[in-house]
Amino acid sequence: MSLLEIKNLHANVAGREILKGIDLSINAGEVHAIMGPNGSGKSTLAQVLSGRDLYQVTGGQVVFDGKDLLEMAPEDRAREGIFMAFQYPVEIPGVSNLYFLKAALNAVRKHQNLPDLDAMDFLGLVKEKMALMEMDQSLLNRAVNTGFSGGEKKRNEIFQMAVLEPKLAILDETDSGLDIDALKVVANGVNALRSPERAMIVVTHYQRLLNYIVPDFVHVLAEGRIVKSGGKELALELEESGYVGIEGEAA
Amino acid sequence: MIERIREEARQRFNDVGFPTTHDEDWRFTSVSPISRTAFVPSTALLPSPVFPKGVEISKLSEAPRDLLEQHLGRYASVQTNSFVALNTANFQDGLLILIPKGVVIEEPIHLAYESSANGQPTASHPRTLVIAGADSHATIVETYAGDGGAYLTNPVTEIVAGDHSLIDHYKLQTEGARAFHVSTLQIQLGSNANFRSHSLSFGGALVRNDINAVLSEGCECTLNGLYLVAGDQHIDNHTCIDHAKPHAASHELYKGILQGRSTAVFNGKILVRKDAQKTDAKQTNKNLVLSEDAVINTKPELQILADDVRCTHGATIGQLDPEGIFYLQSRGIGRVEARNLLIFAFARDIVDRIKVEPLRAQLERILLEKLHGSRN
Repeated sequence: MSLLEIKNLHANVAGREILKGIDLSINAGEVHAIMGPNGSGKSTLAQVLSGRDLYQVTGGQVVFDGKDLLEMAPEDRAREGIFMAFQYPVEIPGVSNLYFLKAALNAVRKHQNLPDLDAMDFLGLVKEKMALMEMDQSLLNRAVNTGFSGGEKKRNEIFQMAVLEPKLAILDETDSGLDIDALKVVANGVNALRSPERAMIVVTHYQRLLNYIVPDFVHVLAEGRIVKSGGKELALELEESGYVGIEGEAA
Repeated sequence: MIERIREEARQRFNDVGFPTTHDEDWRFTSVSPISRTAFVPSTALLPSPVFPKGVEISKLSEAPRDLLEQHLGRYASVQTNSFVALNTANFQDGLLILIPKGVVIEEPIHLAYESSANGQPTASHPRTLVIAGADSHATIVETYAGDGGAYLTNPVTEIVAGDHSLIDHYKLQTEGARAFHVSTLQIQLGSNANFRSHSLSFGGALVRNDINAVLSEGCECTLNGLYLVAGDQHIDNHTCIDHAKPHAASHELYKGILQGRSTAVFNGKILVRKDAQKTDAKQTNKNLVLSEDAVINTKPELQILADDVRCTHGATIGQLDPEGIFYLQSRGIGRVEARNLLIFAFARDIVDRIKVEPLRAQLERILLEKLHGSRN
């Protein structure tokens, strides 16, 4: 059985239908890219999967690891192994990155009936993952994302992902606003987390990111539906012809 | 000597009585629950903790007469505040805390007051006079707690800080749920003195704190405040910083967390007198309002008579950021914990300014307890 099974998913925001019947099946070990023009619903899909309450699911179902995902609170989805890297990571003044990460990791471990990680092991883990993301350790004692540059915020997202080791990682336009050097660091971090047990959904507008995170499958979203699916070569095709051709083909 | 100022206070109180909401300073705080209650004098004893070495402590009744003549009641005016008059007329005894010139005391001087009311409402009027000599350093901690009965605690503390002295004052108020607490802290600073107040208010049904500081040349005065109220609690913080002389700086940060049907008042007065050129005053009041039924009245009151000064003020009233809560949830942190984490984060900078370690630990415990006890 697949890790994530999305069937005929419909979702609204503020009464307007954004997702109009998404079907998608993802197995452990696979990386799926979801591409599409602005307003196609790709970020909405990411948000709905992570449980953002701004979006109302009006139909369909999502089964994650054998469980009904849509029934779960956002924190339970995270504890079950879903991680979304935010397009716009939120600043949380007054909460240190270190404290935040420890609270998050221990919440996930508790759910798995594992004891809290002791301080030394935790710090060791954190330092290892920071090195992977080429992050300065001083960021640990700073408030979460507060005063971080755009690049630091995106790295921080992938760093959190590396610490929390989810089963399904959803990257919501992680490439937006990154220069090429930062993009490479982020992509390296993501690639280091690729494993046969882990699936990824990479939501992006541009093909550029997919040069560094090479997907197994590419899906094109337009007007709330997947209009085309293919292998990694589909992304290149899009790069050549743009979304207009694809949408025309679907219509 | 004490009898004379008592008599003056008694007369003053008889003349004016309790303030009403027609008085501008009491507009949002009705003390009728206090004025309606018949209190009997509390039998609580003066605190007698172990004081650190170097401090000289005596009961006011046994204190050197010349010092009392010179200082007692000279700063906290019975004319401007009825509750000061009430305290002055009624305090049973009080403490004189003398920090001699040049003496540096690292251990905090802790005054712990515990009130109780078994059956009949009681009133206590703790009175403290702190005289800190020039170049002295000291930390004073006042804590007020009590049982669940109806009682009034009406403390008045006068602090006279000499030139170049450094005084930290902490007041932790965790009175019982039916308590009335009306306090006055009056500070007179010598030139280049550095004074820091931390006012932490959590308990009581009806609480009013007045802090008034008069600054001399080159002083630095910091007023930090944190209040957390829920249910039907009412808290009113009135502060007044009087920049009487040039080159003084004041920094004020008060933060409030309101839940339930609680109400809060913040009134921050900054007076910059004509002489007080080069004054640098900054005032901030931030409120986190967690329920639709809670009410905050916040008002800066700036009177600036000098022309070469820098004065800034700002007040905010906000709710928890839903984006922040979702972000924490999306990392596995439960909704209630996420909420509490953000509330705690809001209070963080005030908590971090507390240098007395056990007090900070206690404050963190209180915050956690208060937050876990609430569900709204």
